[in-house]
Amino acid sequence: MNWQAIKAIYVFEMSRTFRTLAQSIVSPVLSTVLYFVVFGAAIGGRIQSVEGISYGAFIVPGLIMLTLLQQSVTNASFGIYFPKFIGTIYELLSAPMSFIEIVIGYVGAAASKAIMIALIILATSTFFVDLQILHPVWMLGFLLLTAISFALLGFIIGIWAGSFEQLQLIPLLVITPLVFLGGSFYSISMLPEFWQGVTRLNPVLYLISGFRWAFFGVADVPVGLSIAAVSAFLVLCLGVIWLIFRTGWRIKP
Amino acid sequence: MAPIISIRNLGKTYAGGQVALDDVSLDIAEGEILALLGPNGAGKTTLISAVCGLVQPTSGVVTVAGHDIITDYRAARSQIGLVPQDISIEPFERVINTTRFSRGLFGKPRDDAHIEHVLKALSLWDKRNARNMELSGGMKRRVLIAKALAHEPRILFLDEPTAGVDVALRKDMWELVRQLRADGVTIILTTHYIEEAEEMADRIGIIDKGRLLLVEEKAKLIHQLGRKTLCLFLQEPLDKVPSALAEYALKLGEDGRTLIYEYDTKAERTGITRLLADLATAGLSVRDLETRQSSLEQIFLNLLEDAA
Repeated sequence: MNWQAIKAIYVFEMSRTFRTLAQSIVSPVLSTVLYFVVFGAAIGGRIQSVEGISYGAFIVPGLIMLTLLQQSVTNASFGIYFPKFIGTIYELLSAPMSFIEIVIGYVGAAASKAIMIALIILATSTFFVDLQILHPVWMLGFLLLTAISFALLGFIIGIWAGSFEQLQLIPLLVITPLVFLGGSFYSISMLPEFWQGVTRLNPVLYLISGFRWAFFGVADVPVGLSIAAVSAFLVLCLGVIWLIFRTGWRIKP
Repeated sequence: MAPIISIRNLGKTYAGGQVALDDVSLDIAEGEILALLGPNGAGKTTLISAVCGLVQPTSGVVTVAGHDIITDYRAARSQIGLVPQDISIEPFERVINTTRFSRGLFGKPRDDAHIEHVLKALSLWDKRNARNMELSGGMKRRVLIAKALAHEPRILFLDEPTAGVDVALRKDMWELVRQLRADGVTIILTTHYIEEAEEMADRIGIIDKGRLLLVEEKAKLIHQLGRKTLCLFLQEPLDKVPSALAEYALKLGEDGRTLIYEYDTKAERTGITRLLADLATAGLSVRDLETRQSSLEQIFLNLLEDAA
């Protein structure tokens, strides 16, 4: 294992994060505050509580997940797309490192940044609502597993993308709708039966449900199922990445 | 001594069926400067890319310092520094950080003394904290070289190092290459400037349409394939070449005072003695004479013509 190379990529990527720290943090924090104002204050005033939890607190795990997914996908896809775009990928390909090491470096940095921002949002939300975290270790576990899985997805998108438009396509068209429809702002028990069934097909539901369970001990789906779903997604992404590198798809002629 | 790079029957056919490399075999000795010469699209960059791991070869075997580039790629690649043809460089990063990054990628621990040495050798030390995008084109190219040298490679690939570079910088680059050779680094450079190959290389390989047409010591190549030109400067100007001298295919210079005779140095008889005798018979007196070795450029063009 070429640990020096992994470290070099990780440090290089994180230094970009810290160079653009203000914009990296300000915009997700601002949008979270807006969600709190709109959903918490305006709508939350009419919905007293969901499953015994104040509405303002109920949406916190969903909001954190929304940012975590967007951040991990965007960071990782941009992280590997940019060297491809400016041509510096030649250096990664000619270095004595395996593809696994390249993935660990980029995905590790993308997940780290996403978790950092998620924790900042968690801290911000304590200014608006009283929060309890029943299972802090599981909470961190879900953060970690989700961030890594979706950073892997982002990495795949970054390899696949042929333009900046394509790079933004998946987060915009797929991730955001799935998060909104995955029970970030409501419990699926509030939906008619038919739509409950449809929502169960949304993989993000299992993430948010499990994550919310770590906070409040309340879940839409059994927590074991949530863990299984995230793990399955992780394995799927790893499989795709393994295939990409084995065939040199979009990287090596 | 075993070659530091050994290429055997290397072939590369792209997905579209385009043959970029066709059965290339080549040995490169440690410490030499090899220039790969060829027109654009000849396969020079593909050859380098295949050795460095950027392109998957279709066939053939390449070893670097005895390590196979596929099965033992870590050991093989750690010997190599690559300076690509295009200036591909992280625009927002600082010079010293990009250079350190490259060292890390090659698995070497941080070594500020070595990075300082490399940046100083490339006159980049004063610019170490500048962002890459603030540098001039020539400086960026030097940053690429610094990156390639950051991990102390034994072999350096320079793909078109002086393309689009002004004359002064080109001279600097040549000086640098000589310096590196003196340090024991093996250098493989591609160029389509014949002047460059002639100036720097120990050996020259000529590539066209994916085939390695020949590899030869530079001096030998010029000698073996060279034709020489004999210029005879006459006392009195002529209107045309006398018909008595027709068999020599002489050309008359514009001023009418120079006769130009081309001959093959490899031929058994160069015909010079007879020409001089016939000149005297024709009543022409020679004031001075000069011979010129044909340049690599002519040799190169002749070879390409023969291959076509």
